[in-house]
Amino acid sequence: AAAMSMNADLRRERAAATFQPELLTHILDGGPERTRRRKEIEALVLNDPDFQHEDLNFLSRSQRYEQAIRKSSLMVMKLREYGIADPEEIFWFKSFVHRGRPEPLDLHLGMFLPTLLTQATPEQQDRFFMPAWNLEIIGTYAQTEMGHGTHLRGLETTATYDPATQEFILNSPTVTSIKWWPGGLGKTSNHAIVLAQLYTQGQCKGLHAFIVPIRQLGTHEPLPGITVGDIGPKFGYDEMDNGYLKMDNYRIPRENMLMKYAQVEPDGTYVKPVSDKLTYGTMVFIRSIIVGDSARSLSRACTIAIRYSAVRHQSELKPGEPEPQILDYQTQQYKLFPLLATAYAFHFVGAYIKDTYHRISGDINAGDLSELPELHALTAGLKAFTSWAANAGIEECRMACGGHGYSRCSGIPDIYVTFTPSCTYEGENTVMMLQTARFLVKSYSQVSSGQQVTGMVSYLNDLSRQRIQPQHVAARTVTMRINDPLSLVEAYKARAARLVEAAAKNLQAELNHRKSKEDAWNRTSVDLVRASEAHCHYVIVKLFTAKLSEVSNAAVRAVLTDLCLLYALFGISKNTGDFLQAGILTSAQITQVNQHVKELLAVIRPNAVALVDSFDFHDVHLGSVLGRYDGNVYENMFEWAKKSPLNKTQVHPSFHKHLKPMQAKL
Amino acid sequence: SVNPDLAMERQTASFNVEKLTALLDGGVEQTRIRRAVVAAIESDPVFSRENQYFQTQNERYEAAVRKAVHLQKKMHEMGWTENGPEYKYIYRALSGDVAFLLHRVFMRSISVLGSDKQVAKWIPPATQHQLIGSYSQTELGHGTYLQGLETTAVFDVATQEFILNTPKISAMKWWPGDLGRSATHTVVFAQLYIHGKCYGIHPFIVQVRSLQDHSLCPGIIAGDIGPKMNFEHIDNGYLMLKNVRIPRDNMLSKFCEVRPDGTYVRQGSQKINYFTMTTLRISLLSDEVMTPLMKACTIAIRYSAVRRQSKLKPGEQEAKILDYQTQQEKLLPQLAAAYAFHFINNYLQELFDKGYREIQRKNFDMLPELHALSSGFKAVITHHSTAAVEICLRACGGHGYSLLSGLPSLYTKILASCIYEGENTILLLQTARFLIKCFMAASAGQPVPPSVTYLAAVKPGKCPAKNKLDFLSPDIYTEAYQHVAVRLISSTATKLQDLIQSGVKKYDAWNQCTVQLVQAAKAHCHYIAVKNFAETVERLETKAGIQRIMKLLCDLFALHGIFSNTGAFLHDGYISAAQMDMVTASYLDLLAVIRKDAVPLVDAFDFTDKSLNSALGSYDGQVYQRLYEWAQKSPTNKMSPAYERYLKPLLHNTLSKL
Repeated sequence: AAAMSMNADLRRERAAATFQPELLTHILDGGPERTRRRKEIEALVLNDPDFQHEDLNFLSRSQRYEQAIRKSSLMVMKLREYGIADPEEIFWFKSFVHRGRPEPLDLHLGMFLPTLLTQATPEQQDRFFMPAWNLEIIGTYAQTEMGHGTHLRGLETTATYDPATQEFILNSPTVTSIKWWPGGLGKTSNHAIVLAQLYTQGQCKGLHAFIVPIRQLGTHEPLPGITVGDIGPKFGYDEMDNGYLKMDNYRIPRENMLMKYAQVEPDGTYVKPVSDKLTYGTMVFIRSIIVGDSARSLSRACTIAIRYSAVRHQSELKPGEPEPQILDYQTQQYKLFPLLATAYAFHFVGAYIKDTYHRISGDINAGDLSELPELHALTAGLKAFTSWAANAGIEECRMACGGHGYSRCSGIPDIYVTFTPSCTYEGENTVMMLQTARFLVKSYSQVSSGQQVTGMVSYLNDLSRQRIQPQHVAARTVTMRINDPLSLVEAYKARAARLVEAAAKNLQAELNHRKSKEDAWNRTSVDLVRASEAHCHYVIVKLFTAKLSEVSNAAVRAVLTDLCLLYALFGISKNTGDFLQAGILTSAQITQVNQHVKELLAVIRPNAVALVDSFDFHDVHLGSVLGRYDGNVYENMFEWAKKSPLNKTQVHPSFHKHLKPMQAKL
Repeated sequence: SVNPDLAMERQTASFNVEKLTALLDGGVEQTRIRRAVVAAIESDPVFSRENQYFQTQNERYEAAVRKAVHLQKKMHEMGWTENGPEYKYIYRALSGDVAFLLHRVFMRSISVLGSDKQVAKWIPPATQHQLIGSYSQTELGHGTYLQGLETTAVFDVATQEFILNTPKISAMKWWPGDLGRSATHTVVFAQLYIHGKCYGIHPFIVQVRSLQDHSLCPGIIAGDIGPKMNFEHIDNGYLMLKNVRIPRDNMLSKFCEVRPDGTYVRQGSQKINYFTMTTLRISLLSDEVMTPLMKACTIAIRYSAVRRQSKLKPGEQEAKILDYQTQQEKLLPQLAAAYAFHFINNYLQELFDKGYREIQRKNFDMLPELHALSSGFKAVITHHSTAAVEICLRACGGHGYSLLSGLPSLYTKILASCIYEGENTILLLQTARFLIKCFMAASAGQPVPPSVTYLAAVKPGKCPAKNKLDFLSPDIYTEAYQHVAVRLISSTATKLQDLIQSGVKKYDAWNQCTVQLVQAAKAHCHYIAVKNFAETVERLETKAGIQRIMKLLCDLFALHGIFSNTGAFLHDGYISAAQMDMVTASYLDLLAVIRKDAVPLVDAFDFTDKSLNSALGSYDGQVYQRLYEWAQKSPTNKMSPAYERYLKPLLHNTLSKL
């Protein structure tokens, strides 16, 4: 498209903002220096002709895989050429090269190499690490099986030790045991770290990891005993060759079991690992990435929907006047602004988890694991809470763009299909919520038996004090100050306390009726999930509120305070039942909350575009015609459509093949 | 052989599945006809969809054209006609995977909007497929708000022609189905100008492609709008008109005519036109919304009975995921909603048939109510069903994400229904406008249409339930829904009036209340849906366990609605905190009861495996085997050029550079 000036609506929006978006960008990046460096890295990719290509929406799946492989190969070389080694900087480079999409080497770089580093013996590192670093070996991490996901103990793949030959014999004994889903497994990798049930000396020793060659170096053909391939088309992840792997009496040397912790000696003697809590650290780290990803994906969708809503005009608000920007409709603001606030909230939560992880990872290395269980329990719930909310939020953004949101040119379908699996991977969300619930119930029992608990659950300590009074735990209405985030944190705290207590009591009641602990747990699980959600919601409101005091610029703090209030009040108005039923808020207060939500929409309206500009997504990264920074939407939709595969010829071949013969016959 | 886990589920059905299928179809004879159509279509390899998940947009489009052409032959062979009893099942049997869907809309709009002469001229060749029609209303910059359309049609008295133009880029027609590649003609909606005066939006028949070689006609720029989330088989198109001249006779003129001298004449009532749009909204529900929802429930519930994960009891086999309360809480309410919507859809169809008869008699009294119901229910049902399908998708974990599960395609298809035929928020606001008007009328003692008479008879008081079993009484929950609807409508009406009285301009007041108005409209529809479900259950025969199971689903539908929106019921204390605990208890109890019949309840929808096109949802439950075999057929498993081109150099030659 010809160079065009900025759409007048967007120019007006930007001029009217009450704060400088760059300042907010710096906060999101973690400082002006980080912003500068990020932009520098983005420019490296942007200005590199090697990374240019046709819009992926016009390519078939095989072509998309091919493009991704091409770019990934270049990426690895260029990262090293530029000497980019900081994990965050690698992440920036990578997401710019692949425009936020997954790529076939993700598992190699993100799982295979790190696992070698953390779980391989020095001898194994010598054998595998440098070849893998040099991409002579490309590996993946094969855990999930066709019939087994989140419940790891159920995995069926076996690795049976044969002391005669000092080998492990790997088998996929059933259809359900076929490895299924690992990224990069289908076509790209020549090695896999395979999780399998270890059998030695006739006993099952549980899950262990093995380095398994799957394709011949040189020809890339599958090795004898290995059946490997791509699992076929998916909702998204077109660039990724998620694969299957079936092993039939496939032998690997004893030295290929990752033996830094557990070991099998030549005679088959099994040596137990020291601690299993160590893996918690990795899980916490990955979950912190997913929380950050929830924030980023939702931010991208908000950027597109809000810019487009400022450009799109429709219907009439006042008789006789021109069609207004759809962003001026209260219903549109009500759809989008709470999501914008949510995106900011999740950014701060993601940063908090990452910081906490880094803070305590020193302790972990020093052997102090005391803070880990709570962080592990908390991040499980936050992963589920944020990914669910972002998943739904992205869809709302798309829906808010009307028909054009449905076109691939809007970019939102891609964001959605790329993001939605995070509700499932790294722990299915409901299961995650129940993990958090287990910790909450445990903490509640501790409090009930007179112990104090610490950290984010310390509000449970108040329960024992309140129990002296005859009334219901939280049945004292909070004196709520509607403009004070701290006061709203109290309301959320009371709600979490009441729902944790209710779930714990219902669980106890079920236990009193039934023998089985598991049955009782299952029959309470809907309540338990609600309790976890309330807990996470409280944590998020609390962290968002805490962030406000760190912001030095008054204008930025003001606009973030509006967003924080909107996040908290909107959450109440969407869950009024919880607050009413527990007597935390009165109907009159709820009415006030609902009213104030609508007032805040109008307050935020002038800053809406500047608030998405602050996320600072480059157009190339955003990949959306509707969300373009310059707002020249319609001209570019037309340009985009002209490139569609169906438009390759003026008359489509099917006219001659089918239409014409039919018309001739009838 | 059937997976024993699934076989077991069927042995314990509490009702006769075949009878329920007949009930859903509207009689045994209907079931027979439907099955015959499905069998005929599915036994014909041209209609196979087995490879659809592997195909590119171009391949999908070509297959759809081929199917559309073949369908003509098939219909002739089978003796099916457009007016025959089989016709309505054809689309369902094809799962919509066929081109020229807009051709029907093209023909219908000519039949409804055209003069007798125009109908005689255009319908026969269209029936013969000598021309292929589309329907061009939406523009790049304009959707639901029709008055905003910018395409112009200027009458030229000298040549007796209309000159059609796309004055700017936002006026380009955008989205019409079949327009991108297939259509030879289309009905274009444009602002009519005569002697410089604008007469508003009118329909015109415009030829866009040559009937000889299919090339674009002079002055026409048209093409495909590019990839979408779904409907890859449909060539949604764009259309730009540059001084395209069409004869005066091409303006559809049943209601408005331009005389040769440029005189504009209105004849008959536009209301019937309006009615057509309204009925379209309802007629799409069954195929485009109910069917995908029911399919998604079938797939997710069958899979949940086969998938085992984790242990409920130590030492036992891993449990079916359908036995987890949280899984039941995800899926069973969606199943209940599918039945609730099926019955409300029947109710609306009957109402519209009645309305149509009245309109034929020039009685337009029912129109406002029909319009409000169709707008509201289109929005509520499409929104709810879309969310439901997504829940089903995510409830299938990782495998739900594979296209081979069938769920992503069902989801991306159903979600388009939230946008087309009127954007949902706008539709709800139209319903709300009707409700506010009726509420005012009722308050003033004036008569109101039947569906809103409840607004006149507001009963004060509290929910009388004493224990959790009371909440299984339809009277109790229906009244609770009614109470909430009245409360939301009346409080919004009051707020509107207050704002206006305080000096706020009417349109500003309206915009300031729109969030509440939307909630009020939803509450109204939810109430009608619950009430209709309960009344339908009343009328069912008690034999064969049908009434019992439908009553349970009705209870679940109603209680799920309360459970997920407790605040609305607690707000003024109509339901107390203690009663809300009873609702929750009853609701959770119901899940465990309905769980036992979950598989038979989806079996009753009677979808064949071919029509589900899902590795997870097949009748025999051989999920993993099917998934494995199907995946191996994926084109990505043919040797990809990526290895030679990129991987090989990466694995070998690049080492020196690293």
